[in-house]
Amino acid sequence: MTAYILRRLLYAIPILIGVNLLTFVLFFVLNTPDEMARMQLGEKRVTAAAIANWKREHGYDQPLLFNEAAPGLAKVTQTIFFQRSVKLFAFDFGSSDNGRAIGYDISQRMWPSLAIAVPVLLVGLALNVSLALFIVFFRATYLDLGAVVLLVAMMSISGLFYIIGGQFLLSKLFHLVPISGYDTGWNAWKFLILPVIVGFIGGVGSGARWYRTLFLEEVSKDYVRTARAKGLTERRVLFRHILGNALIPILTGVVVVLPLLFMGSLITESFFGIPGLGSYTIDAISNQDFAIVRAMVFLGAVLYILGLILTDISYTLVDPRVRLQ
Amino acid sequence: MTDILLEVQGLTTRIGTAVDAPPAVVVDDLSFTLRRAETFALLGESGCGKSMTALSLMRLLPPGGRIAAGRVKLSGTDLLRLTEAQMRVRRGGRMAMIFQEPQTSLNPVLSVGEQIGEAVRVHEGHPRRLVEDRVLELLDAVGIPDPARRLHEYPHQLSGGMKQRVMIAMALAGDPELLIADEPTTALDVTIQAQVLRLLKDLQRTTDMAVLLITHDLGVVAETADRLAVMYAGEIVETGSVAEFFAAPAHPYSRRLMESLPGADKRQGRLAAIHGRVPPLDQPFVGCRFAPRCTEVLPVCRTDTPDWTDLAAGRGVRCHLWIGSAGVPPARAAAQPIHPEVPPPTGPATVGDLLKVQDLAVHFPIQRGVFRRVVGQVRAVDGVSLTLSTGRTLALVGESGCGKTTVGKGILQLIAPTGGSVRYLDRELRGLGHRRMRPFRKDLQIIFQDPFASMNPRMLVGDIIGEGLQALGIKRTRAGRVTRVAELLDLVGMSPEAAERYPHEFSGGQRQRLCIARALAVEPKLIVCDEPTSALDVSVQAQILNLLKDLQERLGLAYLFITHNISVLAYLAHEVAVMYLGRVVERGPVDRVLDDPRHPYTRALLSAVPVVDPANRRQIIRLEGDMPSPANPPTGCYFHPRCPDAIEACSRNYPGETRLGDGRAVHCLRLDE
Repeated sequence: MTAYILRRLLYAIPILIGVNLLTFVLFFVLNTPDEMARMQLGEKRVTAAAIANWKREHGYDQPLLFNEAAPGLAKVTQTIFFQRSVKLFAFDFGSSDNGRAIGYDISQRMWPSLAIAVPVLLVGLALNVSLALFIVFFRATYLDLGAVVLLVAMMSISGLFYIIGGQFLLSKLFHLVPISGYDTGWNAWKFLILPVIVGFIGGVGSGARWYRTLFLEEVSKDYVRTARAKGLTERRVLFRHILGNALIPILTGVVVVLPLLFMGSLITESFFGIPGLGSYTIDAISNQDFAIVRAMVFLGAVLYILGLILTDISYTLVDPRVRLQ
Repeated sequence: MTDILLEVQGLTTRIGTAVDAPPAVVVDDLSFTLRRAETFALLGESGCGKSMTALSLMRLLPPGGRIAAGRVKLSGTDLLRLTEAQMRVRRGGRMAMIFQEPQTSLNPVLSVGEQIGEAVRVHEGHPRRLVEDRVLELLDAVGIPDPARRLHEYPHQLSGGMKQRVMIAMALAGDPELLIADEPTTALDVTIQAQVLRLLKDLQRTTDMAVLLITHDLGVVAETADRLAVMYAGEIVETGSVAEFFAAPAHPYSRRLMESLPGADKRQGRLAAIHGRVPPLDQPFVGCRFAPRCTEVLPVCRTDTPDWTDLAAGRGVRCHLWIGSAGVPPARAAAQPIHPEVPPPTGPATVGDLLKVQDLAVHFPIQRGVFRRVVGQVRAVDGVSLTLSTGRTLALVGESGCGKTTVGKGILQLIAPTGGSVRYLDRELRGLGHRRMRPFRKDLQIIFQDPFASMNPRMLVGDIIGEGLQALGIKRTRAGRVTRVAELLDLVGMSPEAAERYPHEFSGGQRQRLCIARALAVEPKLIVCDEPTSALDVSVQAQILNLLKDLQERLGLAYLFITHNISVLAYLAHEVAVMYLGRVVERGPVDRVLDDPRHPYTRALLSAVPVVDPANRRQIIRLEGDMPSPANPPTGCYFHPRCPDAIEACSRNYPGETRLGDGRAVHCLRLDE
């Protein structure tokens, strides 16, 4: 098992190098520092001197891959590739185009993101599983049919509708919680309630419907018939036998997204004015701040690979048949 | 009568939720009784409603299933009138059930101890700490060695036989009076089957429980049951005691079923296959349900439903031939010779060896660690030598996991062998690349076990059969292929229209015919038949075996016939090679090996096969335990840890080949004994 994890971590290295090279090509070769400067300074009437100045201020004045002018090893290190891309491996994200340290910003902004994402995930998981079990208990009845229709309707409605509808209903009409904003420490709770509710409602349609399918798949299996033949109650069959087996795909599906919770939600955070990593990314994109976007892309790749490894490990914990080699 | 345990009367079960289709009557007006401590068999082919009968008794029908009428009395209580909660107490308590597939019938994520313990708790209300003692007792009762260790193991860590023992332990938890065993040994190897059947018999003797045995296997019925009922298309067509039934089956269906069993005594002729197939049950029947397939059909059979006729006490039949006969067997008007004389298969004169396999080895590496070092080998095939000549059939027989399928694939280079040589017409196939192997693909074909999975469901049958012609460039034009496909369909007894249809429109037997046509398309010289009939019913199996035999005589084909079924090979093969753990332990002419097996494993294997005729029955040589893992074979002779005749020397070296005078080769140290 340790050997397996070690090997998986070794496999991650070439993938990250690939991601890194790809982002380098996208962000510096296809979109040269000159063009970045021109975009920041305004397309029209920008002088060559202003561009050179902007590049020097933001550290984009070095050659891309090889610095002829620099002495010795600095020929390689004094380049955009080394300074901007290689350093990502050490999680040294450098500074954004407006001069703030990206690493510091991330460490500050991930907490609000987690404050929304974790409750949405946990509450959603618990409620979706219960709801799906409830529907499966009444399978092949009108209750089942009605619930599925409702869930499909809910998953067909855009997430934006729930956000705006929630804000209108709870904040504007009943004045229960603020429409948007954030506060530090525990005072943040009243800003978090609405995004969490909206996040759950937006996910229940697809979540509960998917879990219902997983449960139904297990219900028709032979071992369930064996369990019934033992004389167990339907409740015990459902909770002990079916839930145990259906939890395998459910848990591993959850584990893979765990690391990505750090990244926050792009839309929810910007609509509710939560200063998390999701809104950070959105703002960076609209401000053409490619240093931040690149850092987030790389971070996302790292976290996703981490999620996949965690998924494999979680398999061995919940499924006795799986042994990693 | 106090010894009646179960009384089923007029049981009728329907299945079907489709709005536009009438429900299928899968069990139609079924009546039988079961006495205490007896074994009663429900015998029938797939789709006859025998499993649905069992599930109806347990009230565990699948969704859409409904018991429409009838009474099921267990010790005087009508089970069909109980509430679900009352029924639950009976289930697993006074009546328990074991299922066909121990593989899928156990919960994979719960340990053996938990699964049995659950049944114990439900029915005996033991306090928690006593449950484990009871579970250990049950595991011990079903002959699982080292129960304390097994308690914490999961189903995937057990072999098939062990899993079925766990199922039985679970069923015994509530001390049942009635055990319903639905094909309990169908998924198991014969030596393991013998162990499990023996266990059931022993348990029955000590606990006095009655067993309702549901099976398609005539041999298993003959060896284990006291009385039986034959089911066909949802009805019971005949009942009787096992001795009476096998001495003289009354219903034409029962007779054909017996005659379609392959075996050594029928080598010289054709099997009496029942043409056609079991009718679907979602239609109304007029007349006798077997009439369309019956060779003794009378005009009245097609118009009037036959009534039940009692022939003697406890013996009855549903057939027009017997009505008014008062127990005297009617003259068989349409009786046909069962074995029409066919000249013995001489085949074309043998011109040397077609295929010569020397020391074939297929090893799979076991890799460990960060850098996947090879730490060992799974010796799936470990030195197999065979020869096969034109027009002959060599049967490769052995239990699951012995490597017989791997041998077949290794010969065809579908798996790259790791050692030895495969010479086809004196040319070495091993090590030929994919491209240089292509010309040989025309001569070497394969038929697979599962006719349902081995055809692409999205391709037309004509395209499936014609694909080889196209790929190997034999028939380049479309018109040429169409003509050839029609010829092939005719050859395997199908109509040419089949080419324009999809595989799912055909039954299992028809699909296997299509698979044979596909293999024949490129005019091969040798066909590897990998268990081609083990997914089929006995009557359909007979059709396929007849077809294979005909084709061999007409086309001079050589077959490498891979099977675990002794009676099939006895019927079809000329030579046989018995495999155990990746090696051939005995090979030679089929009659010599079957009549006088010399290797202890061959003897045990043959003795474990259930036989219908009590005169042919042998003392079962029971093997203990399971086949070891090919990753870690025993030292010396691979068979010695389970061998009843092993001596100390057997554990030292693998015995070399001893050639006997009758063309046989045996690997055993103790031949002279």
